[in-house]
Amino acid sequence: MAYSDKLLDHYENPRNVGTLDKDDPSVGTGLVGAPACGDVMRLQIRVSPEGVIEDARFKTFGCGSAIASSSLATEWIKGKNIDEAAGIKNSQIAEELSLPPVKIHCSVLAEDAIKSAIEDYKAKRAARLALDGAAEAPTNSASAPISL
Amino acid sequence: MALKFPIYMDNHATTPLDKRVLEAMLPYFTQDFGNAASRTHAYGWHAEAAVEDARDTIADYIAAESGKEIVFTSGATESDNLAIKGVAEYYKGKGNHIITTTIEHKAVLDSCKRLEKEGYTVTYVSAGRDGLVNPADIEAAITDKTILVSVMLANNEVGTIQPIGEIGAITRKRGVLFHCDAVQGFGKTPFDVSRMNVDLASLTAHKIYGPKGVGALYVRRSKPRVRLVAQMDGGGHERGNRSGTLNVPGIVGFAKAVSIFKQEGVAEAERIRGLRDRLHNAISKELDSVFLNGHPEKRLPGNLNLSFSFVEGEGLMMAIKDVAVSSGSACTSASLEPSYVLRSMGLDEELAHSSIRFGLGRFNTEEEVDYVAQLVIGKVKRLRELSPLYEMHQQGIDIKSIQWAAH
Repeated sequence: MAYSDKLLDHYENPRNVGTLDKDDPSVGTGLVGAPACGDVMRLQIRVSPEGVIEDARFKTFGCGSAIASSSLATEWIKGKNIDEAAGIKNSQIAEELSLPPVKIHCSVLAEDAIKSAIEDYKAKRAARLALDGAAEAPTNSASAPISL
Repeated sequence: MALKFPIYMDNHATTPLDKRVLEAMLPYFTQDFGNAASRTHAYGWHAEAAVEDARDTIADYIAAESGKEIVFTSGATESDNLAIKGVAEYYKGKGNHIITTTIEHKAVLDSCKRLEKEGYTVTYVSAGRDGLVNPADIEAAITDKTILVSVMLANNEVGTIQPIGEIGAITRKRGVLFHCDAVQGFGKTPFDVSRMNVDLASLTAHKIYGPKGVGALYVRRSKPRVRLVAQMDGGGHERGNRSGTLNVPGIVGFAKAVSIFKQEGVAEAERIRGLRDRLHNAISKELDSVFLNGHPEKRLPGNLNLSFSFVEGEGLMMAIKDVAVSSGSACTSASLEPSYVLRSMGLDEELAHSSIRFGLGRFNTEEEVDYVAQLVIGKVKRLRELSPLYEMHQQGIDIKSIQWAAH
């Protein structure tokens, strides 16, 4: 399989590799995929009070296309507000990296990782607001959602 | 000597032609180019003589009684098809049951699947976690309808060498024919059709430094005499078992490749085993969570199938593109399913996705092994830095305890 130069560049020099503190209230974590399927992506965002993604980090277990897709995703969402970032489509990632057809699922996973991280951040914020506003905190917001 | 990239360590897939083999073949393209079936002139006689010599060389190497027991084919896939379908069709009056294993090559499995569609019954015996088939499981599966047992000599992914002699003793005692797909083990581990009571055996040239496109099926002619229904109709070549003009240069090359093994095979196996162990030891010394797939001892000398936990196989192969290997990862196939061989051995899917098969061979050097070991160590470390699973592992989180959403 021949890969594009952009894909190889992201694979060989992945951007924004790392870990943010998942317990930090300004951090949202998305963990998608499954080891049994050969792909796991963890994408994390740090969001400013104004809703802008100030930092993004990832770690990925997967093939070269999965690593490149998540690297590209972190690059694209940095500096965007969370609603803009949530609008990123897998087809844009696939097109940018010229993913071959059998690798399209890698871009789908990257889109899911972005959405999942944003949902996690929103859930945490909602829980915090509820806690600030009410005597009783909701109980359904503690963990990172693992979804597809 | 300077290293040549990419370093070839995929000798289970195919092997380069030995130059001595090429030299033996060359005259049969341009000078002695005759059709071995031509009876009316010297061109045909020369070609026929070369083919008959080749038959005897190959028969002798597997301890067959006679060159007449060798049927030349286009390769192992054809040999497997001819053995299984040919026997099934000929003996259908006697029974309709076939026994094979879950880790056979697709040429065997898909031939069996085809027969199932035609009304035959097939039992697929599982291998253990070490890739070994238990002869008792084969024996337990035999019924009075069983006509054929087919078990490979050595597995192409994990290199596990099967107890062919023990299985042959059972099939002989029970009066069932025994086919052995000997493609991977032939030349690399002892294979003796007389002592092992093998009735049919598939062989191919390109796994033993011979040319592609030529193989053979050993078909026993006495005690018992095995009969086949030909799957290729035509001029009645190969005693009616396989019509088609013989690939004379290929057959000559096949026999030359065998005669090299006859001379050098034992010493070569030792040398390759040494290189394989050197690679394994170097990697194991530097990396944790690396698992050997297949049996630790009963294994082809050149085979090293490792799972690098927390790293995906295709991602790793991309990182070590200076070396030509293969992976049991799903990503290397269009199916998105990891290796059926590893899964049927009971390996975790995560580990199947993380597997790399190194296949060392005649032309690998110590220098290459040392280079590959360092390359693999460095890249696995780098990819583990990128792996959320490795981070969890280091934090003591059991990744099996997480509820993953399959996709």
